[in-house]
Amino acid sequence: MTAMFVLIPIALAMGFVGLLAFLWAVKTNQYDDLEGHGARILLKDYDDLPVP
Amino acid sequence: MTDTLAPTLTDARGCPGLPRAEAALEAPAPGTPVSDPQAFVQRAVDGAARLELLVQGARCAGCMGKIERGLRAIAGVSEARLALSTGRLAIAFDPDRVAPRTLVETVQDLGYGAKPFDPAASQQEVDAEGRKLLVCLGVAAFASMNVMMFSVPVWSTMFGADMEVSTRTMFHWLSAMIALPAAAWAGQPFFISAWNALKRRRTNMDVPISLAVILASGLSIYETLHHGEHAYFDAVVMLLMFLLIGRYLDHRLRQKARVAARDLLALQAVTASVIGEDGSRRALALRDVQPGHRLEVLPGDRVPVDGVVRAGASDMDLSLLTGETDPVPVAPGQALRAGALNLSGRLELEATADSGDSFLAEIARLIETGEQSRSRYVRIADRVTKLYVPVVHSAALLTAIGWLLLGAEPRVAILNACAVLIITCPCALALAVPAVQVVATGRLFRAGVLVKSGDALERLAAIDHVVFDKTGVLTSGQPELVNRDAISNEDLAAAALLARASRHPLARVVARAAGPGPAAGNASEVAGAGVEATLEGARARLGRASWAGVVLDGSDGETELWFTRQGREPVRFVFADTLRSDAVAVVNALRQAGLSVEVLSGDRPAAVARTAAALGLKDWRAEQTPHDKAARLQALAASGKTVLMVGDGLNDAPALAHAHVSMAPGIAADASQSAADMVFQGAALSPVLTAHHVALQARARVRENFILSAAYNAIASPIAMLGLVTPMLAAIAMSASSLLVTLNALRLRGATGSEAEKGRQS
Repeated sequence: MTAMFVLIPIALAMGFVGLLAFLWAVKTNQYDDLEGHGARILLKDYDDLPVP
Repeated sequence: MTDTLAPTLTDARGCPGLPRAEAALEAPAPGTPVSDPQAFVQRAVDGAARLELLVQGARCAGCMGKIERGLRAIAGVSEARLALSTGRLAIAFDPDRVAPRTLVETVQDLGYGAKPFDPAASQQEVDAEGRKLLVCLGVAAFASMNVMMFSVPVWSTMFGADMEVSTRTMFHWLSAMIALPAAAWAGQPFFISAWNALKRRRTNMDVPISLAVILASGLSIYETLHHGEHAYFDAVVMLLMFLLIGRYLDHRLRQKARVAARDLLALQAVTASVIGEDGSRRALALRDVQPGHRLEVLPGDRVPVDGVVRAGASDMDLSLLTGETDPVPVAPGQALRAGALNLSGRLELEATADSGDSFLAEIARLIETGEQSRSRYVRIADRVTKLYVPVVHSAALLTAIGWLLLGAEPRVAILNACAVLIITCPCALALAVPAVQVVATGRLFRAGVLVKSGDALERLAAIDHVVFDKTGVLTSGQPELVNRDAISNEDLAAAALLARASRHPLARVVARAAGPGPAAGNASEVAGAGVEATLEGARARLGRASWAGVVLDGSDGETELWFTRQGREPVRFVFADTLRSDAVAVVNALRQAGLSVEVLSGDRPAAVARTAAALGLKDWRAEQTPHDKAARLQALAASGKTVLMVGDGLNDAPALAHAHVSMAPGIAADASQSAADMVFQGAALSPVLTAHHVALQARARVRENFILSAAYNAIASPIAMLGLVTPMLAAIAMSASSLLVTLNALRLRGATGSEAEKGRQS
């Protein structure tokens, strides 16, 4: 039972990190040109900057 | 394909941006006006300049790389970024080292359509609403996944696992700590919309949703406080997650359609080249042109506003205005309407109307009246919602009253009413339409059809009559040499020497028929008449019959050029606008699908009759003005027909707006592309057929999805009303029905296409 008091916060914290990563991605325009960013990695002079 | 992997990947899909035969068809036709983009350059504080272009035809990484590299290679360009999903290209450059016109021409030389954007008409607005929905969706998804960590152990007690009441209550409290803040945050879009509707004393879909979320949360807290067995925290966030997926998909579709429509509007930002008192020229945005301004119209440019020719002579292509294919000669003193394309000579024009007063503006007003009549259409989803809301509310109310009458305590009655609200919540309903539309528009996009309005597919599925414009729709809009066999190779080769020196479209056809070769060095072009040169010491002329020195007994109405050389028989070149290669097949397929087809053209009766006969159509009308066409569409609508209009000219634009649903080819006038619901690319007419086919399939999927959700409700609601629903059952039912409708929508993706579509792909 005591194991849960350790495991639950860890599980929640991991989920929360995922949520923060998602929010960061939305905030930095990474959802604005889904097709373009997907195709961009195939270019030789690839860069990962979002569209200005 | 040396530098990237992408082109080989996309080659099979036939990306138009690739250097193949197809690319030539998609590239802007020679003579596409490069309006001077100078007027649309934005200056930054540090002296750098920014220009936004809309690029047409770029669909893959290869296109993107080619364009960006091509622009960055120009000295003075510091940055070029293309967004593939919107086709928008942002260029930052040094205005002292690069002329904006060079940038546009560079992209066009790479084989893509590129036009400057009027920044006033399309501000780079961030899609704030879409982001808000996406963030809400992220929060709801995070919460519903993590709540499961506590819900599943609680459910396991139903299968015989042991759990102390205190542990269960602790798990409920933990669920509440995650679910309640998440629901309060992620539920905002629904709460706000429901509140706004209630304030106006109306209801919408969001009212029962908000009610269910709030009631279920409150009830679960009450249960937890009293160490009850059932808490619905997981259902609350899962409900919000599914609804937000539907909401986000729907929003993205609408946003895409809105951006496409607005981009086309911004593209109408053409500039006029105004000649000053001192003879200098400057680019002026169209809205700033005043009557009395003296304008320069170069060959290949369109007449920007209505005006009178003051100097110069040329041939004008009026096909976008009237549908007439033959070039019309103009001389000083003649009035010209905005939209006419200058073919051969330089013209000086005195503006007689400003842009708000011109022929174009009149067309725009006609379009507006058409669009107003169309906005009365109510989407299927909205009609279903209207039925849905009162049914759900009365079912929940009946449940509460029924249980009270049966003598249950209020807690149980409210618990069961709440279960009804949760279980009937329109997860599947909210996904039923957006999921289908996302898949359908995605499939059409790959087939070269851009869907510009959200409900266009729904309307397209309902048509029973198709009206085609002739020039540029049924026909390619480009003249072809039809009597090649009657001309000797020697005559053709000689005529081509003159033809290659000219930009006139008929001369270009002659040059193309003869193949590549040299142009006569001493050739001179007389605008509005023809080309003259000395060949082997003899004077030769290619042009109008009267100018070439041929006396005719009377014209047979054919489009023609005469080629004369001193001491030889004159040679006649006859041209005709030929049908698109698959026009006959498409028209036949449409008729086989039970649709009636008719031709509505502004061209001369003889030309229209010939086209109609070639297609086997009896129903045709010629010499139609824009007013006539719009009136015909209204008459058809009044007689109970639902009409698809396919047209490209400016003269078609009002008719396009008046039709139940409309399509325009990518070569169409900008105004027509704006007025149409869908725009299709390419040299084939088959996208019309494909679009109709996909629309029918999409409607079938939508109906199936509604039936699926109705069936789900028919089974689940009675169970809920009887008070047999547990939180686990609610969670399973909700996700199962949502998955079912989504999978059903995805069936559209793999569905076999029509015959014409197969032909295109192979």
